[in-house]
Amino acid sequence: MSVTREEVAKIAQLARIKMGEGDLDHLVPEFNKILEWVEQLGEVDTAGVEPMTAVIDQKLRLRDDVIDADPKTGGGRRDDVLANAPAAEHGFYGVPKVIE
Amino acid sequence: MPRTENDFTQLGIREIRDGVAGGDFTAREVAESLNAAVEAATSLNAFIVTTPEKALEAADATDAARAAGKALGPMAGVPIGMKDLFCTNGVQTTAASHILEGFIPHYESTVSANLWAAGAGMLGKLNLDQFAMGSSNETSYFGNVSSPWRKAGSNAPMSPGGSSGGSSSAIAARLCPAATGTDTGGSIRQPAAFTGICGIKPTYGRCSRWGVVAFASSLDQAGPMARSVEDCAIMLGAMAGFDPKDSTSLDAPVPDWFGNLDADMRGKKVGIPREYRMEGTDQAILDSWDRGAEWLRDAGAEIVDVSLPHTKYALPAYYIVAPAEASSNLARYDGVRYGLRDLPDGAGLQDMYAATRAAGFGDEVKRRVMLGTYVLSAGFYDAYYTQAMKVRTLVQRDFDAAFEQCDVILAPTTPTASFPLNSLNDDPLTMYLNDVFAVPASLAGLPAMSVPATLTEDGLPLGLQIVGRAMDEQSVLNAGLAIEQRAGFTAQPEKWW
Repeated sequence: MSVTREEVAKIAQLARIKMGEGDLDHLVPEFNKILEWVEQLGEVDTAGVEPMTAVIDQKLRLRDDVIDADPKTGGGRRDDVLANAPAAEHGFYGVPKVIE
Repeated sequence: MPRTENDFTQLGIREIRDGVAGGDFTAREVAESLNAAVEAATSLNAFIVTTPEKALEAADATDAARAAGKALGPMAGVPIGMKDLFCTNGVQTTAASHILEGFIPHYESTVSANLWAAGAGMLGKLNLDQFAMGSSNETSYFGNVSSPWRKAGSNAPMSPGGSSGGSSSAIAARLCPAATGTDTGGSIRQPAAFTGICGIKPTYGRCSRWGVVAFASSLDQAGPMARSVEDCAIMLGAMAGFDPKDSTSLDAPVPDWFGNLDADMRGKKVGIPREYRMEGTDQAILDSWDRGAEWLRDAGAEIVDVSLPHTKYALPAYYIVAPAEASSNLARYDGVRYGLRDLPDGAGLQDMYAATRAAGFGDEVKRRVMLGTYVLSAGFYDAYYTQAMKVRTLVQRDFDAAFEQCDVILAPTTPTASFPLNSLNDDPLTMYLNDVFAVPASLAGLPAMSVPATLTEDGLPLGLQIVGRAMDEQSVLNAGLAIEQRAGFTAQPEKWW
């Protein structure tokens, strides 16, 4: 399966990565070469094989239903959370206007 | 190891901590010596930031604890390098990407916190391939890392491997006795092999992923890199352990890997996977593999032929699974919460996302995020992603079957020795093939290590890989020790930096 220039542009848009015409010039052939190579997986007979869900068999744990059981991952850390934001205002993340 | 006055650069983890504990020298002397070595080696570009004050602070704490008669941790007085994929409280953490430049975490990764609690100190944050995506350390926003090794008769800078290339370069150049690495599809083992050092990726889940910048979460696993098997065993013991903050952390006790090291292989079976004898593999690699089997036979092991029939399909499956997970993990870099923001004049939110990610991600990262987006997109998900995850099941079943006939598997770590920087980066696929021998163990979550075997005719190191059963790091380390004792690998790069 190969992809067209338009399809690669669409994937870039889905991935939220701005691509210029020059970027697409080298990306389209690279993309197709990689896809052509992974095509060989189609040769493998996987009838009746379950896709892997966990690489090491283990139970999914539930934590105790306690607020702030671990203070590092609990709440009340607004200033820490915002410390690296490119634009933080009034205790919130700042973003460009999203509603006209 | 011979040591001149005040030069501690040749010492390993065990020698440093035992020397400090025994009062032969102070932790501060060691930290000062290594800080100086780091400062003098900027031409390798192994570090993104250096933290000499952190190394001294930890050393002083160790010296004070010793003076007060307190018990010392297993890494007490040992300064190490920290791959810049581990979040470090108050110290910039970038994953070698422009999009995280200036990011200063307000928390410490579990693995690094464990190491500091064990008494280690930090010399600095080590360069790597951007978001750990690469096999040559040429995708870092902060420049290529050079290996300290050079081909005989050439001054061309060589690749230290990747993605943990800052780690491998710094250890081989004697800037630090050990460093952290992370391995998603060979990123500890391949750079270890390229630079003549040891590195082990433990069973998936042994080391917490909490606070490690995520690449492909079902594959990412941290591990130690050092110059000897015993140093890897000590450091892995300090890094590993159950962490409730990581949902896939293994809730199992950490064995005393160092205390149980034993190079006697009598009664053990070593499997040689016939499918790893691939076309295009260097003769020197095949020769070193044969020699590795002889060494293990000499240690008492029985060598058996095993089959891993889906080996050929592991690498293409990896290049669907890992980019798919990466595309999802890297969605968090949006110019809102941390890192870079590129807000063109009059741009809306969507334009800001796209501009930020275009400016912040390197080419290889963009390629993989887009590949992942594609294989997960509606209409292609089953053909690519589901099929790859079924193949992953088959790769794991291959190992299960092989481990009914043997205790560990011996294979080359890489299909070639190191290559000159800028020689392979025109073609992503050729670069991906570097990890052809490393990726199967990653897909199956198995412990795997690389130990130095020999030098090529050109004077470049080659490594041998040992893969073990899940949870059986001990057998991997033991076989590694048996090889190390027989290989007698003492070569060091000639200092030019």
